[in-house]
Amino acid sequence: MSLQFESSIQNSRILSVGAYRPARIVPNSEIVDRIESTDEWIRQRTGIETRHIAGPDESLIDMAEAAANIALKRAGITMDQVSAVIFATITYPYQAPSAATELIVRLGNPKAAAFDISAACAGFCYGIALANDLVRNKTAKYVLVIGGEKLSDFTNPDDRATAFIFADGAGAIVIGPSEGAGIGPTVWGSAADSRDAIQMQPSWIEFKGSKTRVDATWPDISQQGQTVFRWAVYEMAPVGLQAIAAAGLTPETLAAFIPHQANERIIDSLARSMKLPDSVVIARDIKTTGNTSAASIPLAMDALLTSNPELHGKTALLIGFGAGLVYAGQVVELPPLTSQ
Amino acid sequence: MALTQEAVLEGIKEIVVEVAGISADDIAMEKKFTEDLDVDSLSMVEVVVAAEERFGVKIPDEEVTNIATVGDAVNFIVNASK
Repeated sequence: MSLQFESSIQNSRILSVGAYRPARIVPNSEIVDRIESTDEWIRQRTGIETRHIAGPDESLIDMAEAAANIALKRAGITMDQVSAVIFATITYPYQAPSAATELIVRLGNPKAAAFDISAACAGFCYGIALANDLVRNKTAKYVLVIGGEKLSDFTNPDDRATAFIFADGAGAIVIGPSEGAGIGPTVWGSAADSRDAIQMQPSWIEFKGSKTRVDATWPDISQQGQTVFRWAVYEMAPVGLQAIAAAGLTPETLAAFIPHQANERIIDSLARSMKLPDSVVIARDIKTTGNTSAASIPLAMDALLTSNPELHGKTALLIGFGAGLVYAGQVVELPPLTSQ
Repeated sequence: MALTQEAVLEGIKEIVVEVAGISADDIAMEKKFTEDLDVDSLSMVEVVVAAEERFGVKIPDEEVTNIATVGDAVNFIVNASK
């Protein structure tokens, strides 16, 4: 006997976004002495002027909770209506249980399905892809997708390649049912032969034995900047164009471009390579937020909708790319303007 | 098909103008990317990526560090196209 249930597709969209940035703002001048750099050098190479760094008692889950509560309120739903939570992060300091399960307890719905995904700076776009499919197939009605990082716990302040790049924050979106399809097909994949281009080393096993190993230290993030830059500027423009085409649009009909905020030079280069017209509004949240990995796209989305409220409900190309190397991109309709 | 030095130089000029916003008149074979043209390491990566695509050659990372002048880039690409 075949399965006896009604199989049909439910369109979905992003209903809301919420963001949380830690209160402490750290300018380049606070970072440069330890790495013998200058404010000008950091601005020129990355576009970063300031970033938000969480306080010692401010956890990844504290930030995620704040962002999630804003997103839920703006979506006009309560946490008990959320049936699944996807948390994209690489900085939750426990191997198990997941960050998502700690978050749902905080949010007051410990019964929701909850899990983390590890796709680094692409994590948020991976989360959108999964949440979209969950809603479309009616596995879940409302899905909360979180991108959150406390990268300051895993950044070496003396590392000249990374100390000025990474920062803290959390963003959240609610994905739920809609009349039309508000999330385009995801274009994704990996370049895993470059797994060592961005990594957090050593392993926990090596760290465990570090009392007898002089070379095993805390697993801070490290990055081969030029390798990543080259991959991003060369490989991500075609991904963006494929995602635009898959959504049935052209660069001319797109309203906004919200890439992972890795480096302003990458953002500029991608916009140039894709030949985005001036009418496309480009998110440049990196200037005041730094690179917050999985959190960067929802943080940039929230900032863009605040500065350009006319973009509510309009189309935006999202591209996440990072450690793996992994990437994902999709065109979405930005959340509608709500009274909250 | 082997590319001519003239054709590659013209192509490199166009790329550097677009990536670094420098006037084409300032770009010549003996000019150093970093010192003379103000092309920093990240812009150099963009120049390399654009040149690979335009001329259908592969410029490995270890070769990029050997490219100091516009002429170094032109000669590498001409030789790689043979």
